[in-house]
Amino acid sequence: MGAGFDLLISHPRRRLTAQRRMLIMPVSMTDQENDKIDLKAIATRARAELDAAADETALETWRVAQLGRKGVVTSVLRRLVDLPIEERRRLGAEANALKGELEAALESKREALAGERLAATMTEGALDVTLPGRAKRIGRLHPVTQTLREMTEIFTSMGFAVIEGPEVESDYYNFQALRIPLDHPARDMQDTLYIDYQRDGVYPYMLRTHTSPNQVRFMEQHSPPIRVIVPGRCYRNEATDPQREWMFSQIELLAVDEGISMADLKGTLFEFAKRMFGQERKVRFRCDYFPFVEPGVDMAIDCFLCGGKGCRTCREGGWIEILGAGMVHPQILQNMGYDTDRYTGFAAGIGAERICLLQHGIEDIRSFYSNDVRFLEQF
Amino acid sequence: MRVSLKWLAEYVDVTLSPEELGHRLTMAGLELETIDRVGGEWDEELITVGRVVAVEPHPNADRLVLATVDYGGEAPQTVVCGAPNVEAEQKIAFARAGATLIDGRSGKPSILKPAKIRGVESAGMVCSEKELGLSGEHEGILVLAEDAPVGTPLAAYLGDAILNLDLTPNRPDWMSMLGVAREVAALTGAEVREPEHTYADQDESAPAKVAVEIADPDLCSRYVAAVIEGVRLGPSPQWLQERLIAGGMRPINNVVDITNYVMLELGQPLHAFDFGTVKDAKIIVRRARAGERLVTLDGEERALTDDMLVIADAEKPLALAGVMGGADSEVTDTTTMILLESATFHAANVRRTAAKLRSRTEASTRFEKGLSPELAMVAAQRATKLLVELAGGSALHGQVDCYPTPANDVQIDVTRRRLLQVLGIDLPTSTVRATLTSLGFSCRWVPPELYQVRVPYWRTDVAIADDVAEEVARIVGYDRIPTKNLGGEVPSAIAQPRRELREQLRDSCVAAGMQEVITYSLTTLELLERVLSPEQLASQPPLKVAHTLSAEYEYLRPTLWASVLKTAAANLRHHEGELALFEASRVYLPQGDELPQEQEHIVGVVTGRREDRWGRPSDEAVDFYDAKGYAQAALGAAGLNATFEDAERFALLPGRTAQLAADGRIVGVVGQVHPTVAAAFDIGQDVYLFELVVDELLPSMGAERAFESIFRFPPVIQDLALVVDRGLAAERVRAAIEEHELVRRVRIFDVYEGAGISPDKKSLALSVTYQSPDRTLTTEEVAKAQASIVKQLRQELSAELRG
Ligand SMILES: [Zn+2]
Repeated sequence: MGAGFDLLISHPRRRLTAQRRMLIMPVSMTDQENDKIDLKAIATRARAELDAAADETALETWRVAQLGRKGVVTSVLRRLVDLPIEERRRLGAEANALKGELEAALESKREALAGERLAATMTEGALDVTLPGRAKRIGRLHPVTQTLREMTEIFTSMGFAVIEGPEVESDYYNFQALRIPLDHPARDMQDTLYIDYQRDGVYPYMLRTHTSPNQVRFMEQHSPPIRVIVPGRCYRNEATDPQREWMFSQIELLAVDEGISMADLKGTLFEFAKRMFGQERKVRFRCDYFPFVEPGVDMAIDCFLCGGKGCRTCREGGWIEILGAGMVHPQILQNMGYDTDRYTGFAAGIGAERICLLQHGIEDIRSFYSNDVRFLEQF
Repeated sequence: MRVSLKWLAEYVDVTLSPEELGHRLTMAGLELETIDRVGGEWDEELITVGRVVAVEPHPNADRLVLATVDYGGEAPQTVVCGAPNVEAEQKIAFARAGATLIDGRSGKPSILKPAKIRGVESAGMVCSEKELGLSGEHEGILVLAEDAPVGTPLAAYLGDAILNLDLTPNRPDWMSMLGVAREVAALTGAEVREPEHTYADQDESAPAKVAVEIADPDLCSRYVAAVIEGVRLGPSPQWLQERLIAGGMRPINNVVDITNYVMLELGQPLHAFDFGTVKDAKIIVRRARAGERLVTLDGEERALTDDMLVIADAEKPLALAGVMGGADSEVTDTTTMILLESATFHAANVRRTAAKLRSRTEASTRFEKGLSPELAMVAAQRATKLLVELAGGSALHGQVDCYPTPANDVQIDVTRRRLLQVLGIDLPTSTVRATLTSLGFSCRWVPPELYQVRVPYWRTDVAIADDVAEEVARIVGYDRIPTKNLGGEVPSAIAQPRRELREQLRDSCVAAGMQEVITYSLTTLELLERVLSPEQLASQPPLKVAHTLSAEYEYLRPTLWASVLKTAAANLRHHEGELALFEASRVYLPQGDELPQEQEHIVGVVTGRREDRWGRPSDEAVDFYDAKGYAQAALGAAGLNATFEDAERFALLPGRTAQLAADGRIVGVVGQVHPTVAAAFDIGQDVYLFELVVDELLPSMGAERAFESIFRFPPVIQDLALVVDRGLAAERVRAAIEEHELVRRVRIFDVYEGAGISPDKKSLALSVTYQSPDRTLTTEEVAKAQASIVKQLRQELSAELRG
């Protein structure tokens, strides 16, 4: 029976034939039962037919034919009313016993069939699990977006709120309010893409060269305590190299409160570096100059490619600079109307692309915005 | 700034290796970029300073000579030499067999071997610059200074390490050897040796010979003029030339070289005028007059404007103050009397003039950072001393010193509390005082709180207590500062709905299976013209940037379409199957004189063939409904909904374009890119695009997202087949059915046109879910509802049940 059963499963037409056969048989039986109730014969036949049932459909047909409302056993019970009391009692008991027996047989046959089916699934129906899964489309965030999200996450967990600011800035916010007046040599540190529009002989608007204008924009509207980050795109009018893109993303960090010192700045940035790169990465924390902070800081991470020996990616220096920072210049706090004797603050501008470069060991920053899907798909 | 360690040793003793010194300087703010080594690979034993004892002709070759060289060994050695410039008594670099030199022909290092050249044994070599790896010069031998000590290893005599330092613009003093020496001294505890500036002078005084007038004292705070007679122009001594070269400058003649030398040494630019060309011996420092012209040293004729400062005589401009001298007053071979200028010009003015004339010079880059007027006198005396000693000059007594408002010393009170407040570390007073003193500050400790600090004249960058704090911290080392976790109150969060919605949409595009790209915000007009109509461009011309690096990045984009299509096109060259890219970035909409409006857009581009079960491209191309599907998925995941209506947009194909509306605002568009536009991007297949405008969607974001409770009573789902006009929007039918009070939801699941349906009709299959929140619907109720729906559709939309 095993082999035939399997065929029935996989060939619906064969199963249909079996069904039809089962439908016919009980009818002929009923005819034969007309004159005399032979429970033994009924039982034998029913058991044989149950044995022959090869699938769930056949079982159901058998159940209807034997135990259904118009089934053989049921009609025997119904016909008992016409018999003398003695015979009715005897036959009634026997017929009920038969009914119970057949019901139990049906149940165990069902279980047996299910077991066989499962066994077949595990053997003949076994799959080549090494075949590829059904293709599903997978979308991905750009690696720089992923890095920006991670950075944002770290700082928000430290209690920094996220704000944003305009990419096209005025000279006032991008430079002057940050202590970089016109004709100041610090303007050379940030070659600027000005909007081609002049007012009084100067370009009043530019693509922001850093996210720092938002320090001023935010402080103009809020009072200490302040703890915000400002992610955003920045632009510089300079030639590109493996570490430098003319368009890049920064996260500006600003904290102003009582009792904030360089120790808080260092602690915050070191914690950030630890969470971003792990414990084993070396951090260089050195003096640098930005007109809007005092003291000024430059932070770098040892080069992932050469391990600090110097290579093309780190421009032979062994370090990759990831951020500029410092204590907010007291004159800026004063311009905001803050009491500089009471409040101090720190600020930092962190380059996201450099961080992403370090995270993944990417050799050339220019890979990011050429958007080759073969590159992007790997993140 | 190039710092020769050999030269630096004149001012400070350096015991650290060049690398270690570079590291210490870097940590303190003078960033080391590279180290250039001179002679690091020269063998100390085998390459020495030699003296040519005799030169004789080669017996077998006209072009070769036999040079006998005393190299400091027991006996002089005779070698064959082919250089045209070898002469007896020259000091030269001599290499013996076994030394590694650069091969003159191959340019690669090779070991010098004894050889027989035209029959004469030769076991050594008089070296050229190329053979020593100093330069490419191979025509003649390198001739050393006359006083070069014979037998000294060449590495000791000529070897050097040059630190290339990247300096910050606040420190003009670092742009000098002495300034770097002061820094090294402070970092290592060594002493600084200041250069000498005393010399013998004449009885006649300079002020008797020349007059100086500062007509515009706002642009020139001090002008010192010295007069030196009897100068003989000629080449500078070898050592001075070598230092100039090490410093990155070209030797010219002794007078010019001395002014440059003192500039490199002290940081003060100087200028030497031919005294004879100064009309009436009078110097006037004044603004240029409109229309004045000046031919500068580089031979260019400059048109001057009245915001430029010039050094003039009684008649005409002689030089551009702080930027460049004039050709007419330049020192020449016939010059014997010199007027030496050492002045302090206004930083921003010099910078502006240099930028305007596009001639930023060594001088202007120093002036623009703000020099101390005190330095002018020191430098004048130092240069005069050198002109006397090295150019045969005779100095007139004293100088003309025009210094209308002498600067006061800068004094700063710094409290111990402020140092702690800023640095986070309470440094011992002894450390603070020692550190500041080592940098040339004077520091008086007034217990219990106060440091009275006097700033040395060359530190024009130090003005407030926090500047002093930085000085202490960077010399002590930022490593000494402890790390601390931010404490205190966490300020309350700030709502950023626009940012949140944009990030949500970004996520939902990714969830729908799209790849994010980030493209440049600047593009070309040509690319924009492909996707924007001439009318759009004319009515709102995109912003342009001035002086861009590349014509590829010139216009600030008012749309993301071109950038994303271009990115798709580039990827199609190697991509098979479906390509679905999106970008979430800003566009910039000009607002006249104001800053532009920056809108957040999301643009998706979909093209290619769908992938089969194996991820291979199937025969089925993506279509409009893929793009619409992505847009809907993006909106849906963000809890938004939009209706789609027929629309026409430039660059999209009419009949296959829909605009998205939400709460009465146009929030986006979806459509097939017009094939001619696609072709312009080099895309030869159907390509679809959608755009969502975050700023327009924002008002549709409810404060709380509305949700429907799940009904307890069972739904009845019935399918409905309707024949409608071919041009009727299916959405209208669907929406009309959904109006019915018992209908919970209607989905379209098939559209059929063709056999059995009249050509101007189409058949829609809809699955209608009837459900009530408060009871189980009866068959009769559903039948009645359906009948009324069908009747209404027949009346309003001429829809018929499909028979
Ligand atoms: Zn490296």
